[in-house]
Amino acid sequence: MFDKYKVSGFYDEMISGEGVARDHYATLKDYLINSGDERLRQLQFSTDKAQMSMGMTFNVYHDSQGVEKILHLDIIPRILNRNEWDEIEGGLQQRIEALNLFIHDLYHDQKILKDKIIPDDLIRSSKDFLDACKGLNPPKDIWIHISGSDIVRDGEGKFMVLEDNLRCPSGVSYMLENREIIKGIFPDLFRNLGVQPVADYPAQLLNMLQYLSDKEKPSVAVLTPGIYNSAYFEHSYLALQMGAELVTGQDLMVENNRVYMQTTAGLESVDVIYRRIDDKFMDPLVFNKDSMLGVPGLFEAYKKGNVAIANAPGTGVADDKAVYAYIPRIIKYYMDQDPKINNVPTYLCSEKDSLKYVLEHLPELVVKETNAAGGYGMMIGPKADSKTHEEFREKILNDPRNYIAQPTLSLSTVPTITDKDIAARHVDLRPYILYGDSIKVIPGALTRVALVEGSLVVNSSQGGGSKDTWVLF
Amino acid sequence: MLSRVANSLFWSGRYLERAENYSRFMEVNFNLMLDLPPGVTELWQPLITATGDLELYKQKYDGYEKEDAIFFLAFDQDNPNSILNSVRRARENSRIVRENISKESWEAINGLYHFVNDAHGGKTWNSDKPQHFFSAVKQKVELIYGISFNTDIRGDGWNFNRIGQYLERADKTSRILDVKYHILLPSVSDVGSPLDALHWAALLKSVSGYNSYRRYYGKLNPVTAVEYLILASLFPRSIYFCLNHAENSLRQISGNSSGKHTPVEKTIGNLRADLEFADINDIFEFGLHEYLDKIQVQLNKVSEQVSEQYFQIRPNFTQQISNQ
Repeated sequence: MFDKYKVSGFYDEMISGEGVARDHYATLKDYLINSGDERLRQLQFSTDKAQMSMGMTFNVYHDSQGVEKILHLDIIPRILNRNEWDEIEGGLQQRIEALNLFIHDLYHDQKILKDKIIPDDLIRSSKDFLDACKGLNPPKDIWIHISGSDIVRDGEGKFMVLEDNLRCPSGVSYMLENREIIKGIFPDLFRNLGVQPVADYPAQLLNMLQYLSDKEKPSVAVLTPGIYNSAYFEHSYLALQMGAELVTGQDLMVENNRVYMQTTAGLESVDVIYRRIDDKFMDPLVFNKDSMLGVPGLFEAYKKGNVAIANAPGTGVADDKAVYAYIPRIIKYYMDQDPKINNVPTYLCSEKDSLKYVLEHLPELVVKETNAAGGYGMMIGPKADSKTHEEFREKILNDPRNYIAQPTLSLSTVPTITDKDIAARHVDLRPYILYGDSIKVIPGALTRVALVEGSLVVNSSQGGGSKDTWVLF
Repeated sequence: MLSRVANSLFWSGRYLERAENYSRFMEVNFNLMLDLPPGVTELWQPLITATGDLELYKQKYDGYEKEDAIFFLAFDQDNPNSILNSVRRARENSRIVRENISKESWEAINGLYHFVNDAHGGKTWNSDKPQHFFSAVKQKVELIYGISFNTDIRGDGWNFNRIGQYLERADKTSRILDVKYHILLPSVSDVGSPLDALHWAALLKSVSGYNSYRRYYGKLNPVTAVEYLILASLFPRSIYFCLNHAENSLRQISGNSSGKHTPVEKTIGNLRADLEFADINDIFEFGLHEYLDKIQVQLNKVSEQVSEQYFQIRPNFTQQISNQ
């Protein structure tokens, strides 16, 4: 089964350079070989079916409306041992704490700008810096309640943070449902290996949300843009698991700066909102006035302290890809520590020397728009043709602030079931972090896998799949 | 419960019941055709009339070929009430509120949706035995009801779902009775002929009431058959039964016991009481068609009042903007 398995040039998480399984993967490898190709294929087939019948589907943007797809779940799990996990956990806790301090500072004294650690025009030119949030004190001074940083491994297997998703990232429902499915497929492996459970995520999320309110039994609502949003399944899933109401903007209304849901028995008050809509759609009176998704008056009620919102409005400023380059300096500034997990080296096109370097090395670099998500608006230099290189040269020159570049990463690989055989496919890692009375990293993650041979794009909207991620005790 | 959620549950109940009724009507019609002597024209037109979509049908098709009728009632995407569209809407409404129904119920509804979609993709109306499709849909809906009965909590959501289901069922029973009786009318004089008996049996089978009717009344008789479909207190598809149960659900939602009524409870209570004390001979004297018509008008009113009282959402958007 692994005779023809190729690992050259990348860090493969299962098979080391000498062609043998790393310790924490040995049991899984034996198990796969004993199961045999055909059995694995059957299991994979029934997994696809199970996902469809469970309705674990998402809608694809830029695709015709109403098309529902499943996020392909490859049944071979990705395993992280205790040491690897400790490194990730510590690194993320540090990072999120620093970013939270950073956001708070930006909306208050802006010390970091005054001390010239970050150029202030970088913040001033950021579309995600919200003037309305200046001087705002969110409950318990927490801004980033829920986040999910994307982590990759370089050629030596070293972990690096690729981006920080501080605007209520999606995917956690897949982490949870994937685990349920895979437990059914490899029950004996779970027993033998000792895998840390993730199932209490919704309970932890609810605790964290309720922690934000001073009421004894706060009422929590999940605010969704609605059924056509690509992550609707997740919104509904989390609301169900938490016993919270799933609401759309039209279900809510604000009276006397208090937020209410419209129910069959009249108005019911809402104390905490886990919102899955963008900052700018939240309240048409303050932000995008054309937004039909939001709730007029919500922001004012929030400012008055009558409702808690997670994540706080305005966090987007810190996951701007241009700000990303400064995060090591941000950690140093607020915490006087070196980053426990590094950034991927990043060139800011707004800086003169970097811009020159980027324009000279376009075919080798990955160029990204600073505020696009989902793998859109990016160019992978080595994979793009010269016409695309020129297109991006134009775009960058027109608006340098809007672009960053990074060296092409050699993402690590994990064995994956393909049409032909089991082969190495590139993966990233998205762990989920909750910030309430402490910063908790859930011991598990959504591993996204690029299903196309050689591809480095793991986004679900562009042909990526997922894997269950096992963190060992 | 959120008004929007209540609305979705009500409509998912209605659409699911509609899909089930259509499937049974079709299945019965197939069986009936097998029993008819050669030369008797097929009976698709009354069925289409009963669904209330005859005008739309006429715009699209000439004549009443079996294939056209099947396609129109089951798979036509232009027909808002086709089985395909009803199932899609039932599923869409369930998907919107799936955190409010059991996982098992959701998966069963989702399964039905995929089954009907696949049948549509596979052009089932061209197959040599399309009736298998209809019995499968019927069974799958019954399965959903069974699963829901054993897994869903009996909260307001359950009751809104039931109200949708029972109002729809009462409407369909009254319509099929109205249309079929109209056709059978000329033959009332020679009641007892084999052909006549077939038709009456088919009507009762259309509402899954043939066996229980026989057990209750023995011989087929138009008067008692009509009585059974309108007034029977124990038969779950009679109009009276449906009203009684919808009313119970409404009262469970409002918490009103007798003596206190919301407007919709008043309307449905009046109608239910009317049926409760009605005599079948009086109904025939009044005119069956007129009587059924009156019921349908009241059913529509109930539906509107449910919506007015429970589903209306104040438009926070425009209202607040203009306040500023």
